[in-house]
Parts: sequence; structure tokens; C-alpha cells
Amino acid sequence: MRTGCDTVALVSDASAAQPAIAIRDVHVSRGAAGQVLRGLSLEIAAGETVALVGRSGAGKSTALKLINGLIVPDRGDVVIDGRTTRDWNPFDLRRRIGYVLQEIGLFPHMTVADNVAVVPRLLGWEPSRVEARVTEMLRLVGLAPETYARRASTELSGGQRQRVGVARALAADPPILLMDEPFGALDPVTRAELHREFRRIQSEVRKTVVIVTHDMAEAFALATRVGVLDAGTIAQIDAPRTLARSSDPRVRPLLEPLFEAGALLS
Amino acid sequence: MSLLRFLTEHRAEFFHLLLQHIVLVGASTLAAIAIGVPTGVLAARRPRLGAPIVWLANVVQTIPSLAMFGFLLPLPLVGGLGARVAIVVLILYALLPIVRTTVAGVRGVDRALVEAGTALGMTPRQLLWQVELPLALPSIVAGIRVAAVIGVGTATIAAAVGAGGLGEYIFRGLSMVEPTVILAGAVPAALLALLVDGGLLLGERALRRGSRGPRVAAMTALVVVAGTAGLTWARAGSSSDAIRIGSKNFTEQIILGEVVAQQVERTTGLRVERRLNLGGTFICDRALRSGDIDVYIEYTGTADTAVFKNPVETDPARVLARLRQDYAAAGVTLLPPLGFENTFAILVRGDDARRLGLRSIGDAAPHAPNWQAGFGYEFLQRADGYPGLKDRYGLKFAAVRAMDLSLIYRALADRQVDVIAGDATSGLIATYDLFMLQDTAHYFPPYDAVPVARSATLLRHPEVRQALESLAGRITIDDMRRLNQAVDAGRRDPAAVAGEFLTQLEQRRPTKG
Repeated sequence: MRTGCDTVALVSDASAAQPAIAIRDVHVSRGAAGQVLRGLSLEIAAGETVALVGRSGAGKSTALKLINGLIVPDRGDVVIDGRTTRDWNPFDLRRRIGYVLQEIGLFPHMTVADNVAVVPRLLGWEPSRVEARVTEMLRLVGLAPETYARRASTELSGGQRQRVGVARALAADPPILLMDEPFGALDPVTRAELHREFRRIQSEVRKTVVIVTHDMAEAFALATRVGVLDAGTIAQIDAPRTLARSSDPRVRPLLEPLFEAGALLS
Repeated sequence: MSLLRFLTEHRAEFFHLLLQHIVLVGASTLAAIAIGVPTGVLAARRPRLGAPIVWLANVVQTIPSLAMFGFLLPLPLVGGLGARVAIVVLILYALLPIVRTTVAGVRGVDRALVEAGTALGMTPRQLLWQVELPLALPSIVAGIRVAAVIGVGTATIAAAVGAGGLGEYIFRGLSMVEPTVILAGAVPAALLALLVDGGLLLGERALRRGSRGPRVAAMTALVVVAGTAGLTWARAGSSSDAIRIGSKNFTEQIILGEVVAQQVERTTGLRVERRLNLGGTFICDRALRSGDIDVYIEYTGTADTAVFKNPVETDPARVLARLRQDYAAAGVTLLPPLGFENTFAILVRGDDARRLGLRSIGDAAPHAPNWQAGFGYEFLQRADGYPGLKDRYGLKFAAVRAMDLSLIYRALADRQVDVIAGDATSGLIATYDLFMLQDTAHYFPPYDAVPVARSATLLRHPEVRQALESLAGRITIDDMRRLNQAVDAGRRDPAAVAGEFLTQLEQRRPTKG
């Protein structure tokens, strides 16, 4: 499949010298919540899939919103493609970054096709190009376009909606893809199925992906590197195998559920 | 089923009034949407700005509609008689529901969806058009529905300023004390309100389901109504060549308006436009001075005290001379009196008068503490009205109720009140067996009926002056009572009654060219 190949090539050339995403010593405080991030630093290379894991309130979602400029740091820099988010036009930046939210993110007043077409239309694509792209994207996420394109997004199951969410995020072929608890509201069987789908899609499109989740099993299933956030900073970031052997007291509790499941099975 | 018969007999007029009504409501609702939705969006986005806007819309809503017409009549551009001022008033009333539901609709959009739109790279404007407004649309349509239904109701009052509509029948019926005519206006208005409500409800439901058909239908409807409204507006502004005859809102005035209109038509061949049944003295006077009407019939005492606020004067000749000067200063010509006087009549039931042996207002003073009085709003306010009367005759009533002039005779006959101030020429005096108490203390000034006309119109059309002067001294108080009774009790059409009377006048003594 031709999807996104051109962009990937461009980005990898540039990223030989610089990471796709660089978060440098970022501090953020948000009103009543107080200090949410304290000196967060993180570099993500092009084509990598990084999962950010942590308890509620550890600053995971805030970290994600830093990347597409929904939040600007009080101190420190977030650099995307060599430019800080302060210097980017926020609308241009966001149109280059795919974003998958929990299932509520689909617009209920639009059809499936219209939801997928949002960003290409914002970018002013020709209608014929938009239509071709929507068809391509629905095929990519495993929804037959002839069946689903004209449906209202409210008629879909949770799993189908999440597939549409991924199709919408990838529609304008952005180099970066952000996913906020993307599969959190799904039943375990559908979730496992979507995990497999995600790995297949990622092997085709090779985006720089950042996933936020509270589920360590999901992080291990999807990511090449997993970062544990604790009290507004990175406690540890490593490949799943390395992280699984961590002795850090901030990391261990998140691993416990995995080990319990493993112990029961063996 | 006299209602059905009435509507069949008057179907051309009925459909004309119905169309006027629809155009009034349609045009005002459209304009209110054009103003209210952007205002609501702004208010939703900027709460600091929004709170005062919603407060202001609330205040406007509390102003009674007749009072609103009164405020707006003298203003330039929006003011004046006819559809224009009515549409402005209707817009003001339609604004509140539309602004409110727009604010609620935009604020009610799921924050997660707004965040999703932002995260996808929508600018605030794109977010508004692609996410917030489409999702708020069902709520906005609900507001439009409320506004349109209120509009259908309020538009009946527009007849008071000559804007036409179904209110014509209601006001006409009230002044004729004819329930069938009232119903001919009220029932279709209520049905129209239900129809508008139901139609928009269907549209709202379809929008909530997210189908596209009704959007196309709604757009078509908007274009049609806007087009019709535009035409009406244009026509309302361009009819300056006709002679416009006004009248106040009671039977005698409507008959006299017809007499004048038909006399001008018969003797001059000029085109005549009738702006009959206007709100009252103040509305007629303002309309005359602003050029919205050219002629109406006034009463000398009313003009002297109520219009020009002169101290009360009881000598007819002196009043006439003073008025001629006052009117001339305002660009209005006072023409010779028609011949009869319509003074205030203090009326009691005939059986009370006979039982208690009442002849004069003075005779009634000892009974006043046991009586309820019913007076029109104007009579309660005027210098030559109730305040002075009370002092002159030492009257102390148990209670004084403010009532609409059109209901007052029936209220007396039905024993809801015991004494009223009515018109000496009213046909209902005989119909209801009422008795007029004599003003032995000469409290009331003279109330000779006189045509008042714009001097500019008389200069341009001297034949109009001749037509009005040909009526001088030709209408006696007996004529007037007979004409009033023919309409009030005989249920006759004022235009027909006026026409027959003019024919009689010609036979009595041929008018000189």
C-alpha cells in the first residue's frame, strides 16, 4: 500500500539528525490541579511507537496535549520537526498530527465518511481526492467503504467507531499520530483484535506514534518503548522487555497486574 | 356556525389578512434569526458580554406590546404606521427565545467534541460552522419555534398600528361587541400558531435525527417568506400618492373614517388608502403629524386637552379658535365641524336610574361609595377625564377599574360595574337600555367632531379640502347614534352603512360641486 510512504521517507531523512518529537525540561501547571508536569524530558524518533503509562493524574494526557500545541509549556520547549510549538501556527501543526480520542471523539452529526474527511477538507483538498482518500482509509482500518461510508457515526459499535477514529487521524497522512486511551472503552476481545489491527496498520504506514494508556498490557502489546510517568516526570523509559525487569518502586506497581495474570496461567 | 358563514362571506378579505399575518410573522422571525443567532453565539463565547445581552433581551420581553408600539411610533426609520413598526416590534419579541436557545445550544455542545475539533486543527471559526452550530441547530430551531408562535400571537396586536393581519378582525369584533368577528381573527390565529408550531417541531425532530431533507425545505421556505416580505416592505414604502384616511379604534371612528374615505372617493376620484382602527388618539395624532395618514376625525375637547395639553376650556368657539392655531403650528388644518358632539357620557343602567331617580351626575354622588366604576385607560389619564370629574362632583367610588373601551358597555349591562364613562353617540346606549347622566356642572369641554388634515396634502389636493368641507354640519347626533347602532347592534358592515348614509345625504340636499 502506498499510504504515507512519501512522508515517511522525508521525515526519516530529517530525523537522522533530530528526533521527530523532543520534549525538553517542560514544566506545566494547570489552575487548581497545580503543577502537572515538573521537568519532563522525552525524545521520540521518527517511526517509533512510544506508550506513556501512569496512574491517573500522572500527567499523561497533558504530555500528549503538549505535542499538538493544545497546551504550551510554562517553562521548557516542545520541538516538533525542529520548531518549538510556540513557533508553529497551531492549526497547521494540528493538521500534521493525527489524533485519536476515546470513542466520543467522532462527530455525531456527520456520516462516517464526513468524519474521516474532516482534516483533508480543512487542508482544502479537491473533493475527488478526499473521496478517494476516505475509501482508502476505511479499507485500511477494515471497514468496507460501500457499507459504512454513508452511515451515521452513531449507528456503529464501539470497535467500529474506534476504527473510524483511527481512519480519521490518518486521513491527511500526518507524520505523527497521537492516541489518548484509544481502546479504553472496549471489551477485551475487541481490544485484542484492534491491537492486532493497529500493529498491521503501523507496519504499513510507519508513523511516529505516541499512545497514552493506563493499561501496561496494552502498552507492551503496541509500543516499541514504554515510558512510565510519575508525579509529572518520566520515572523510566525502555523497551518492554527491559522495563518488565525494573526494580523502580514507581514502576513495579504498574507491572503487578501483568504478573498476577501470568502466575495464574502458569 | 356563524363563524364559518362570516369567513365564507369575507373570504377575499380573510385571505388577504391571513397573508399579511404570515408575512408579518415570517419577516420578523427571519430578521430575528439573522440578529439573534449571531448574538447568541457571541454571548455563548464571551460570557462577560453574554450576560448583559440576555438580560437586555429579557427586559425587552417584559414591555407590554401596546406600550412598545407607543415607544416606537415617533422614532424615525423604524417608526410610523404600518407593517414596518409592527415588524420591528415583533423582531424585538422574537429575539429573546432565539438568543437564549442559541446560547444554550452552543454551550451545550459536548466539550469533548469541541476538543476533538480543536485537536484536528480547526480554527475557532471552522469549529463554529462545522461542529458547534450543527450540533446546536436542534436547540436553535426549538427557539425559533417558540419565537414564531409568540409572533403569531403578538402580530394580532399589529392591527392597532395599521399593519393589518388577523388582529383586524379581533379589534373590529371588540369594538362592534361581535363575538363572531373576534373569533374570525382569534381562531385562525390560534390554528396558524398550532400549524407553525407543529411544522417547526417536525423540522426540529428531523434535525435531531440528522436527516438533510428538512434543511432544503427550510431554506426554500426562508427564501419564499423573505421574498414576500421584501416586496411588502418595498410596497409599504412607496404608496405616497394615495390619500390616507385614519381612524381611532371604535365603531364611530371607523364609520366616520369610511364616510370621509368614500366622500373623497366619490367627489375627487383620488385613490384612498384606509388606515382605520388605529390604537387611539395619541397614535392617530402621531401618525397625522409624521405623514403616515392625511386625515382623521378628531373631537375638539380631546384635541385641546389630550393632544395640546391646554387648560380645560368649556366655550366651544374659543376652543375651536385655539385649536386652529395650535394645529396650524404643527402643519395640520382644522376643518369645519361635522355637526354633532360626542361628549363623554357618564352612563348607568336604565333600571338603576329609574329606581333611584337619577338625572344628573350630581344625583349619583350619594350612591358612588356603593358603586364600582369602569373607565377606559385614556379617561383615567386625561385632564378632562376622571381626576377632574371626581373633584367637581365629589365622587368617591368603592372601586375604579381600568377597562378596554370596547368592553365597557357590556360590563355595565352585565353588572360587573355600576357606572362607566362612554360616548354620548354610542348605539349601545339604546341597545343595553343605559341612561346618560346630565353634566349639569358643565365639567366636560365641547367635543365637536372635526376633520383634521395635513396642510401639505390640502395644498396639493384642494379637492380633498372641498370633499371634507362638503360634510360640514351635515351629521347630527341622531344620525351618528343611528349609524353606530346599525353597526354595533345591527351587525352591519361599517363601509356599507357609511355608503348608504352618504347616498342619503346627497338626496337630502344635493352637494354643491
